Amino acid sequence: MSRIAACFLGLAEAGRQALIPFVTAGDPEPGVTVELMHAMVGAGADIIELGVPFSDPMADGPVIQRASERALAHNVTLHDVIDMVKRFRQSNAQTPVVLMGYLNPVEAMGYEAFADSAAKAGVDGVLTVDLPPEEGAELVSTLKERNIDTIFLLAPTSNAERIKRIDAMASGFIYYVSLKGVTGASNLDIEAVSAKLAEIRSISRLPLGVGFGVKAPTDAANLASIADAVIVGSTLVKIVEENAAEPAKIPGMIGEALSAFRRAMENAV
Amino acid sequence: MLKNAVSKASNNSDFDELLNLPDEHGHFGPYGGCFAAETLMAPIDELRQAYEHYRNDSKFMAEIDADFSQFVGRPSPLYHAERWSENLGGAQIYFKREDLNHTGAHKINNTVGQALLAKRMGKTRIIAETGAGQHGVATATVCARLGLECVVYMGSEDIKRQMINVFRMRLLGAEVVAVESGSKTLKDALNEAMRDWVTNVDDTFYIIGTVAGPHPYPAMVRDFQAIIGREARAQALDQTGKLPAALVACVGGGSNAMGLFYPFIADHDVELIGVEAAGDGIETGRHAAPLNAGRPGVLHGNRTYLMETDGGQIIETHSVSAGLDYPGVGPEHAWLKDCGRAQYAAATDTEALDAFHEVTRTEGIMPALETSHALAYAKKIAPDYDKDAMIIVSLSGRGDKDIHTVAAHEGIEI
Repeated sequence: MSRIAACFLGLAEAGRQALIPFVTAGDPEPGVTVELMHAMVGAGADIIELGVPFSDPMADGPVIQRASERALAHNVTLHDVIDMVKRFRQSNAQTPVVLMGYLNPVEAMGYEAFADSAAKAGVDGVLTVDLPPEEGAELVSTLKERNIDTIFLLAPTSNAERIKRIDAMASGFIYYVSLKGVTGASNLDIEAVSAKLAEIRSISRLPLGVGFGVKAPTDAANLASIADAVIVGSTLVKIVEENAAEPAKIPGMIGEALSAFRRAMENAV
Repeated sequence: MLKNAVSKASNNSDFDELLNLPDEHGHFGPYGGCFAAETLMAPIDELRQAYEHYRNDSKFMAEIDADFSQFVGRPSPLYHAERWSENLGGAQIYFKREDLNHTGAHKINNTVGQALLAKRMGKTRIIAETGAGQHGVATATVCARLGLECVVYMGSEDIKRQMINVFRMRLLGAEVVAVESGSKTLKDALNEAMRDWVTNVDDTFYIIGTVAGPHPYPAMVRDFQAIIGREARAQALDQTGKLPAALVACVGGGSNAMGLFYPFIADHDVELIGVEAAGDGIETGRHAAPLNAGRPGVLHGNRTYLMETDGGQIIETHSVSAGLDYPGVGPEHAWLKDCGRAQYAAATDTEALDAFHEVTRTEGIMPALETSHALAYAKKIAPDYDKDAMIIVSLSGRGDKDIHTVAAHEGIEI
């Protein structure tokens, strides 16, 4: 069983939902990321999503786009990000780590080389925003051979046929994009999300995480009653941005913010 | 992964297969495809189905033809540049005069087609990206005519270089949004247009201006632009009784080149030559020539040659011509290159500016700086051909928009 599957199994037995924070690796500088990952686990993160910086993050809003730009100013590469996971694993063997990013850095490294080094470092899942199932068979099987899950997105525009197709290729969990838009946009429409999650559940048995537009602890609390996981991204990245001049403060600030999300989720259920 | 999987078409008969591309998933060999975020897969599929339907609908195609003749001013002439040919002392150079189209470039062929398709699909809002502003102007123009809301994304660097086109778009009623992210040029405008589309998928149609993007864009834009090659082929036969020895066109994303090349693909003796922007020179790294000096990767919805770092980050391009300042290229060009059916050369800023002046003074035709790259290369190869050989250059746009750039380059204030 993959570390992600085991994580969700444990949470289900405990009647809890996963809290999944997203930060961009190397933002605002590479030295802070591993410590930040540990701080997030300390604040109640069940799974960590680590953004791989990319020069052209088309599906992201301005907040995460700027995070990529800050990391790239330090020349943070996919190799560096994998190395950060390796260092995180030296003192954390249980928290799953998912790399989230765009396909081109993976293409540049080569699928086999990427999968090998990711597996060796202890990466558990890969979410490639611009790789739909139609183009994804080769990467998915390359990762699967090394017991790495491929996380796919579903969106409000995904019809039943697409949900089936994606369910057939996805493993670990499914990431439901709560709104039509980029990361950090708009506000949550809980009723609409709830209806779509019900449709997805009628087709897929994978755990369902919800992200994009989760801004406040109350959003997380609302989602905790309908989803298996809540993903918080832009809200945290904004805190990183505000403290970019003092990176040493960032793990503490993020930990504090994340704790509020955790408490809200615990109280909600 | 394709890096080891590039197969070569081994003989000429294989070239005929190129006419049947892309396959149903939008692939040109290992290139093309549909690499988009999940939210966009539904509207892309809707577009693909609509295009498949309407391209076989004779009424729709007749509507486009009528607009080509009444609104765009087609057919565009095939003009014999006699004096310039004489000076060059080799092949007879002919210009396919896309600069004479309404709005002054080939871009309108595509925007007429896509805007009419948007209307059939019931979309009320049009978005577009633009580099030099020619595609933005062509989009704003058809939107004004069809009464469609129009938003054009343009890098703030390009806005500075192309103020006249920005003002033209605004006069036509379009909203021009300055893009401040990344390198603030065409690729960033494309990113921002994608972000708009993902947010407004229900009522919005994205008119991509070149033969790139997720399937079906590369094929659809090529099909709308193929009028260039169809006309040129018939005009060449009509005026000279034979086919040209070579076609030369500039390549940024590559829509004017693809439109000219496509109807000649099965004419194996006709050389197809694309000309990329070599900027300060390929060897300096400051250029926009992915087919000459890039490698395959995935960007903006398709797999193609890109200018990127070893780590797969897209790098900034440089060209005196905003319309060629793009780190990728249409996937069909990538495949034509690998197959050997087309060749891709490059011309520097200086060579393009020289050709700009030479053609302006010799033929009384002021070409766009993009076009000037094709002219620079035609100038270079013309002496290698016999005097009865014909080279057709795609005169893809007129140069009025560039006079400030040319003046600034020469230290002249106007």
